[in-house]
Amino acid sequence: MIAKSARSWVWLLYIALAVYAFITFIPFAWALSASFKSLPEISSGGTNFIPKAFTLDNYKTIFLQEPLFGRWLINSIIIAVTVTLFNLLFNSMAGYALARITFPGKQFLFFLVLAVLVVPGQITLLPKFLILKSLGWLNSYQGLIAPAIVNATFIFMMRQFFLNFPKELEEAAALDGLNRFETFFQVVMPLAKPALAAQTIFIFMGSWNEFLLPLVVMSNPEMFTLPLGLNAFKGQYVTYWNYIMAASMIFTLPALAIYAFFNRYFIQGVTFTGGKG
Amino acid sequence: MLNKTLWNKRSTRETLSGYLFMTPAIVVLGIFLIIPVIFTIVLAFYRVQLLGEISFRFAGFKNFVRMGSDERVWIALQNTVEYVAIVVPIQTILAIVLALILNTQIKGKSWFRVAFFLPTVTSSAVLTLIFMWIYNTNGLLNSFLSFLRLPTYNWLGDPDVALKGIMLMNIWATAPLFMVIYLAALQDIPESLYEAASIDGATPWEKFWCITLPFLKPVTFFVIVMGIIGTFQLFDQSYIFSGGSGGPNNATLTIVLLIYQYAFKNLDMGYALALTLMLALVIMTVTLIQRSLFKEESFD
Repeated sequence: MIAKSARSWVWLLYIALAVYAFITFIPFAWALSASFKSLPEISSGGTNFIPKAFTLDNYKTIFLQEPLFGRWLINSIIIAVTVTLFNLLFNSMAGYALARITFPGKQFLFFLVLAVLVVPGQITLLPKFLILKSLGWLNSYQGLIAPAIVNATFIFMMRQFFLNFPKELEEAAALDGLNRFETFFQVVMPLAKPALAAQTIFIFMGSWNEFLLPLVVMSNPEMFTLPLGLNAFKGQYVTYWNYIMAASMIFTLPALAIYAFFNRYFIQGVTFTGGKG
Repeated sequence: MLNKTLWNKRSTRETLSGYLFMTPAIVVLGIFLIIPVIFTIVLAFYRVQLLGEISFRFAGFKNFVRMGSDERVWIALQNTVEYVAIVVPIQTILAIVLALILNTQIKGKSWFRVAFFLPTVTSSAVLTLIFMWIYNTNGLLNSFLSFLRLPTYNWLGDPDVALKGIMLMNIWATAPLFMVIYLAALQDIPESLYEAASIDGATPWEKFWCITLPFLKPVTFFVIVMGIIGTFQLFDQSYIFSGGSGGPNNATLTIVLLIYQYAFKNLDMGYALALTLMLALVIMTVTLIQRSLFKEESFD
């Protein structure tokens, strides 16, 4: 009797989860489907998910006839990869110093990192623009890269990670005559892979998906990143949803690949950062 | 004596390497975070000329006085508050429910979790475009609504529903993220508490009220504050949805979008900075109120 009612409960839970998974998938499936349909089929307002006449023309068109689309893709890749690599190095160095090295002023610097952590990104937007303008960095890669190469959230995460790091390894390294830098790069960093993986996901995705700062910094269409390009695309092809959806799908793929690859580090990162990239 | 100089030498070397390790962080956070915060506070009291050479002129409280009679500020504030008041509670409750379901002994959990996460890893630009395509007048949502014999809407063009469309999208995209945070918190509740309650004859409902919910309080504080901070800063979705205008009829105008318009369309940087400062104060106040409320309760 009890077992029977428990089983029907489990079924109810499965149905609830399945319904929610369905709601999650529908928009993506609909967008993917549109990217393989022709314009007449799009405009007819049908609700078929499987295209009547499957076509790759939309993808061909945006790559071949939209000369800037490839450029936007390359801009986004250059910026996101550079930002990610710098963050992995600089956040780890700062986190390591705050966790392990004794030096005067450390408490103050740690307090600064914590204070910076609670400043919402939008608040610093306009002064950032003024600073980048006076440096002459508008419409340049460094304009988007330089402000993003350090992240207080992940300095804090790396500090917590290194606090729990076994001291014996570093002591052994010191006995072997390694200095701080050698110890850090040869002993500590190779063992920090899980924390670095969590960082990689969030920093890459944050940079890849960022909209507001690029919107302000990049006004020359050649320097657009993909989110800006997509927005410009929408203005240009108002009713060509087949092109817009194809471009959206290409844009989503790299982030999905990173997510698939580092998936298991994702959860621990989310619980730490609250999803803030 | 020898020992002391040796020790001094060592500590100098430690200090040096400490600062060397910290240098990139100090430089970048200093230039692009700490200086900007100071800039915002100071320049909010200035008139800033952006064209040609940047120039500043002290304006006292003029920028702040102007807000009171600026109708668009009130519209943006109203839209943003309505947005926060609807989105934050719904996404938080949805996140708790999803986490509670996923925390039961069912199979295929990780599969569901990966599926739920798709919106979180997709960019806001792409999500907004996908939803605009679904919200089209003869789009998927209206087809579905007319299939159910429900009224259809001009989701993109009708000022009464445009913001609701963005809310729906935001809840859909953010709830799974907070679900993961709840899931982690649920797994931290010691199993022994539930066992002890079972021995005392507690029903599942009593266990939920007396063990699970109190344990989730700190996480809920975190999730609500993160939710408020995130929704108060709504920009990407409104901007793409309305083509930067905040339309139809100012229905999707948010505070950050208004700041953007004043700074880069009207080139009125000083006023935009004053608005930024107000936004920062609102966010910080909300955080502080929340924190003190939850602190009092947790001391009970």
